[in-house]
Amino acid sequence: METQPSSNGKVKVAIIGSGNIGSDLMYKLLKQPGHMELVLLTGIEPASEGLARARSLGIGASHEGIKAVLENPDIKIVFDATSAKAHVRHAKALSEAGKIAIDLTPAARGPYVVPPANLKEHLDKTNVNMVTCGGQATTPMVYAVSRATPIFYAEMVSTVASLSAGPGTRQNIDEFTETTARALEVIGGAQQGKAIIILNPADPPIMMRNTVYVIPEGDCDEAAITASIEQMEAEVQTYVPGYHLKNPPVFDIRDTPWGKRTVVTMLLEVEGAGDYLPRHAGNLDIMTASARRVGEMFAQRLLGLQQEDSLSEELSSSGVVSGRKGGVA
Amino acid sequence: MKPPRITDTSLRDGSHPMRHQFTTAQVRAVAHALDEAGVPVIEVTHGDGLAGSSIQYGFSRTPEMELISEARAVCKRAKIAVLMLPGIGTVKEIKEAVNNGAQILRIATQCTEADVSEEHFEIAKKLGMETVGFLMMAHMRPPEALVQQAKLMQSYGADCVYVVDSAGAMLPSDAHARVKALKEALSIQVGFHAHNNLGVAIGNSIAALEAGADQIDGCLRGLGAGAGNAPTELLATVLEKMNLNPGLDVYKLMDAAEYVIAPIMPYQPIPSRDAITIGYAGVYSTFLLHAQRAGERYGIDPRTILTELGRRQAVAGQEDWILDVALELAREHQAHPPTHHEPVTAAIDVK
Repeated sequence: METQPSSNGKVKVAIIGSGNIGSDLMYKLLKQPGHMELVLLTGIEPASEGLARARSLGIGASHEGIKAVLENPDIKIVFDATSAKAHVRHAKALSEAGKIAIDLTPAARGPYVVPPANLKEHLDKTNVNMVTCGGQATTPMVYAVSRATPIFYAEMVSTVASLSAGPGTRQNIDEFTETTARALEVIGGAQQGKAIIILNPADPPIMMRNTVYVIPEGDCDEAAITASIEQMEAEVQTYVPGYHLKNPPVFDIRDTPWGKRTVVTMLLEVEGAGDYLPRHAGNLDIMTASARRVGEMFAQRLLGLQQEDSLSEELSSSGVVSGRKGGVA
Repeated sequence: MKPPRITDTSLRDGSHPMRHQFTTAQVRAVAHALDEAGVPVIEVTHGDGLAGSSIQYGFSRTPEMELISEARAVCKRAKIAVLMLPGIGTVKEIKEAVNNGAQILRIATQCTEADVSEEHFEIAKKLGMETVGFLMMAHMRPPEALVQQAKLMQSYGADCVYVVDSAGAMLPSDAHARVKALKEALSIQVGFHAHNNLGVAIGNSIAALEAGADQIDGCLRGLGAGAGNAPTELLATVLEKMNLNPGLDVYKLMDAAEYVIAPIMPYQPIPSRDAITIGYAGVYSTFLLHAQRAGERYGIDPRTILTELGRRQAVAGQEDWILDVALELAREHQAHPPTHHEPVTAAIDVK
């Protein structure tokens, strides 16, 4: 356990779970490693395509699940892309082994993190949870409004292509709405949150669409709110390039349980990066991209790097932001 | 043919034209009149099902749990049904609804997404409820595809599966083919829920009966989304004429429509310009008021918005796409002002 976090200026990381999410995350970590070095992908299915892909890419692969991760003391950060049930077990073992767990399942043993809103508060934790795809897509926008003006209520509607909604989501769709609504409250800053998810089977498949409605408490400064929203869009784009507002925020007056109130409406689209999953799977892309971002922040902390300018440093060092000059809003 | 069971959904589908503003007094009056007329099932919920009260769909004036318990309190014979859409409502609201008197749970999914309903059927069965699966926007898929989805619901514990013409886009032959396919493939009951956007709600309901439907939905005065549903009093009269009246008091239903529902309706749903367009373009009937509002705000013909939503294959519950489309059309119109009304050009796909 006395190993250094790094011998080459990078922190060794592993992924548990060799399915779609684990595979997409693997490609993201290879494409944009930042201060991380992916050394291992594990699953429990020896014949898994994900494990075969890892091997062909020169990444360590094991079908012994968490066991292989625990056997390597050099691994400091572990992404868990398995299931809620499995993560409950993994969380304990990883914690005992002194590894940081980034939980992409709904288990939520640690606090929810949404990078631009509250990640810095939780960099001292050893287990953090990635909420839901809809939570990663919409909480930043609720936070963007609530940092400009206090808010009563936030509501999000996520429309996801049927093809990119896996069996986990389908069998436990209540978990999505409940968890996401809670994130809008706890992290977004709404007194009350509500979440709705719709699966759309259109052919060709649609991009992930999220609509966020926010009701501010009092009179609100539209220009300040719009500026905060646009700044947040740019912040999220630094780690999820396909994230954008389809239209500028809309302000209108509506009947609400709090009387006639201004409602701010934000129409968001997330186009997947197409690293492994198709572009219409923006819902999965935003999970893996956000998890990668969280991993990078933990890696920088372990390396004792200055975090204030970490974003621009990371972007310029990764070399993936061609066309951008490193400096990010 | 045998007499069908009738479910009146004035207090659920009717929530759309009422803009979710039903009061407890109204719900008591309507439920009482329906019960007196022998309607065996009365559905009471926000228009978009349990927990539908939202900015997306419109906030309820009265908490729906209160409306459910009020309806239950005044009914001597009728059972109270509630609608829920997985993704909007959750198990938590199902339990609350049961505590407030709900006896039947109708679980609605887009007609391709039945597998999101498994946990809800399970819990409803554990709670001792009768369960109905609602395959919405059923015009979008051919009978064989619906059969696959209906079988999933059957395997989860549904007592009945409905073919739901949410867009009012079907013609009688479409309704007949779908109900017939489900009847042949399932061992449970089959139902049909019509919308009158193309003026054939009653005709489609008759076609569904001829195909073997066991359950049919109606609303007093057709008070429902879009051009409304099959009017319950009219359905009862037609069934009487077909010698298939399941024990409904036709005169009492006519009176309920005339003296209880008509005075509280904000407007009479009919196949109006925009409702016809909904049926033709094959979009969700509840888009009607939302598209009209967006059309007015951005100076766009609601038909253009609705047609574009049909082209994009919008499904049940996607009211937020209306604003998307309206903003995009407004931008286009600014760049290229239309010189005349655009013709409706959506090709709808009813096979």
